[in-house]
Amino acid sequence: MKGAEAMMKALKAENVKVLFGYPGGQLLPFYDALYHTDFVHILTRHEQAAAHAADGYARASGDVGVCVATSGPGATNLVTGVATAHADSSPVVALTGQVPTRLIGNDAFQEIDALGIFMQITKHNFQIQDTSEIPKIFRKAFEIAKTGRPGAVHIDLPKDVQDSELDLEKYPIPADINLQGYKPTTFGHPLQIKKAVEIIQNSKRPVIIAGGGVQIANASLELIKLSEFVKIPVCTTLMGKGAFPEEHPLALGLVGMHGTKASNYSVYESDVLIAIGCRFSDRITGDLSSFAPHAKIIHIDIDPAEIGKNVRVDIPIVGDAKAILKDILTHILKKQPINKNEWMENVKKLQKESLPIMDFDNKPVKPQRLIKEMMLALRELDPSLKNTIITTDVGQNQMWMAHYFQSSAPKSFISSGGQGTMGFGFPSAIGAKIARPDASVISVTGDGGFLMNSQELATISEYQIPIVIAIFDNRTLGMVYQWQNLYYGKRQCAVHLGNTPDFVKLAESYGVDALRIESPEDIKESFKTALKSGKPYLLDIIIDPTEALHMVPPGGTMTNILFPERQEPTPKPTCFNDMKKILNLKV
Amino acid sequence: MEHKHIISVLVLHRPGVLQRISGLFTRRWFNISSITVGSTENPEIARMTIVVNGDDNVLEQVIKQLNKLVEVVKVTDLNSSKSVQRELCLVKVYAPTEDSKSQVIQYVNIFRGKIIDLSTETLTVEITGDEQKVNAFLDLVRPMGIKEIARTGLTALMRGSKILKSNKA
Ligand SMILES: Cc1ncc(C[n+]2csc(CCOP(=O)(O)OP(=O)(O)O)c2C)c(N)n1
Repeated sequence: MKGAEAMMKALKAENVKVLFGYPGGQLLPFYDALYHTDFVHILTRHEQAAAHAADGYARASGDVGVCVATSGPGATNLVTGVATAHADSSPVVALTGQVPTRLIGNDAFQEIDALGIFMQITKHNFQIQDTSEIPKIFRKAFEIAKTGRPGAVHIDLPKDVQDSELDLEKYPIPADINLQGYKPTTFGHPLQIKKAVEIIQNSKRPVIIAGGGVQIANASLELIKLSEFVKIPVCTTLMGKGAFPEEHPLALGLVGMHGTKASNYSVYESDVLIAIGCRFSDRITGDLSSFAPHAKIIHIDIDPAEIGKNVRVDIPIVGDAKAILKDILTHILKKQPINKNEWMENVKKLQKESLPIMDFDNKPVKPQRLIKEMMLALRELDPSLKNTIITTDVGQNQMWMAHYFQSSAPKSFISSGGQGTMGFGFPSAIGAKIARPDASVISVTGDGGFLMNSQELATISEYQIPIVIAIFDNRTLGMVYQWQNLYYGKRQCAVHLGNTPDFVKLAESYGVDALRIESPEDIKESFKTALKSGKPYLLDIIIDPTEALHMVPPGGTMTNILFPERQEPTPKPTCFNDMKKILNLKV
Repeated sequence: MEHKHIISVLVLHRPGVLQRISGLFTRRWFNISSITVGSTENPEIARMTIVVNGDDNVLEQVIKQLNKLVEVVKVTDLNSSKSVQRELCLVKVYAPTEDSKSQVIQYVNIFRGKIIDLSTETLTVEITGDEQKVNAFLDLVRPMGIKEIARTGLTALMRGSKILKSNKA
């Protein structure tokens, strides 16, 4: 059979069901082989969206997401999406076409060094140089993507490799693959676990930071058990959101730069900090010298390189979060935890002080009210919110959602953390919906971020993928304008979107139903209408552009939370917006 | 405290591995002072000897990050007291007169080097040893005039009968 057919067999063997991609000259054999299969192939309208969709699919399902792009510009369009997936440890396999091997290195048409480009933004990557390598390399790629700390893996597929003949009997798809040099650790070291148990047992003011690793390891139940039994309040990172139910009495909410007072103060005051599957990014710790200054730190992570990278650690435990939490539980459940009434009082007080005010009646709508109404609508249809998936874009919309929206189920809050990629939200929602067709999927996005991949309206229209797009429309690049106000003397440069399109008309022109919402009273019903329609739906919600996020300045101490005053966008853009100026350039 | 660390890395002998490793060093701002690569007793495996400057935290990260690479089989910090280290240096010395030539030959004998090329104006010397020995030789001949130097960078092995074996296989 042809190499490309063997690739289909290899994908089948990995239990792949969906591909997100965009064809091109160097992928003709691949797409011809695809023609004869029953894979679902979603043709996105841009390769970046294909990568984000595969990423959303992976994050919502826990399975590997697959995206495909042709050589040259197709491969480079994929880059942002692959880097985004990798930064958040999302298992994505990216396939790129490549010019035939005899032309590689000759600057052939649409040739690019994809191997070199993807090398630094993936967990590993391959170029298949001989057809006989297909079965092994595909097996290896999927194994590497989904085991240990998951990540993105790239395979470059020269056209002649897709086209040449391969005897699958001679080169079968291996069931097991021994990768010399790649042996992730699963089980935690018993001695370290014993030490951790002792410290947790004797802690007076313990706190847990739950990161994305908890979601990836499916360790939420164990996390809840530990927290409840010992009485440890839990805060989450952006990636960990949903790993611990946020309506739980021990939930503290988001931690870090945009975190809750409850989280940031509890971490500051803690005597034992248990970080699980979190990499202590600068967005979480701020100034390292004032981060958890009194705490013994226990760090559980599957990636040894994360331990001690940013924060000093007293008890490192390398391994899978679920396996380690199980081990800790077996020991701890035998013991009687010490009394923590004082700590619990303190936590309750902090939680009360962090309670968000969301009942604004203002027009334009305040984002807090918008999120409140959205949750009310969702809860009417799905009371536990266990069957609701939110994807966000990047900017204020993301942080408002992270802060105010209560997630209660793992893998139900999908957001770009490590890279903070605008344009991620909408296409990742497409992938999430395909992974979990029974769930209500809502893509929350800013007007700026939505415009970065709005062409995907064509995709959801074409396949009738029923997701709801909720644009938090403030006519500005809100997050950047807030930073300019705070740190650059209110000089707002290049943050006014000015003539944003009429999003309702835009959606309608793609055949997607849409509504504009201007008053708080209309929000709930509009969401219900959109969710119940069973069709793709866009809601353009005009929000107050002056609303600012609370935050800790970068590198600051996490208890010094700043509540910036509202700030009008400058009525007239301060930078050039005028064709006349171009005419005067006299270049 | 800043230190010089010598790290021995066994990697799969495949094209692209060097790029992966040098890319890692660039990306993470690790400071390499030299890197040597060559084959080993096992045709599948190559050995890299990397000399890095940095404090102990840097060393720890270098080792952990190297270990994450799929093609890296084993990484060890060769603490200098437990390893033998050699570097090869070729140096072309200006020696236009008989006197100066015999002077160089004398130095070469003391340092157990070799003369490997000769012209009317120059002598080319091969010298091997640890970094200090090579530096000491270069300091001696520098006043006579060094025309050109080629150094390989350090390569090293553990002292004694201990060997590096993949702990991941
Ligand atoms: C691809 C990309 N480009 C630029 C940025 C920098 N950036 C971060 S937030 C932001 C503004 C986002 O504006 P919008 O999408 O309207 O959302 P809002 O903050 O108003 O909710 C920008 C430009 C980014 N994160 N990603």
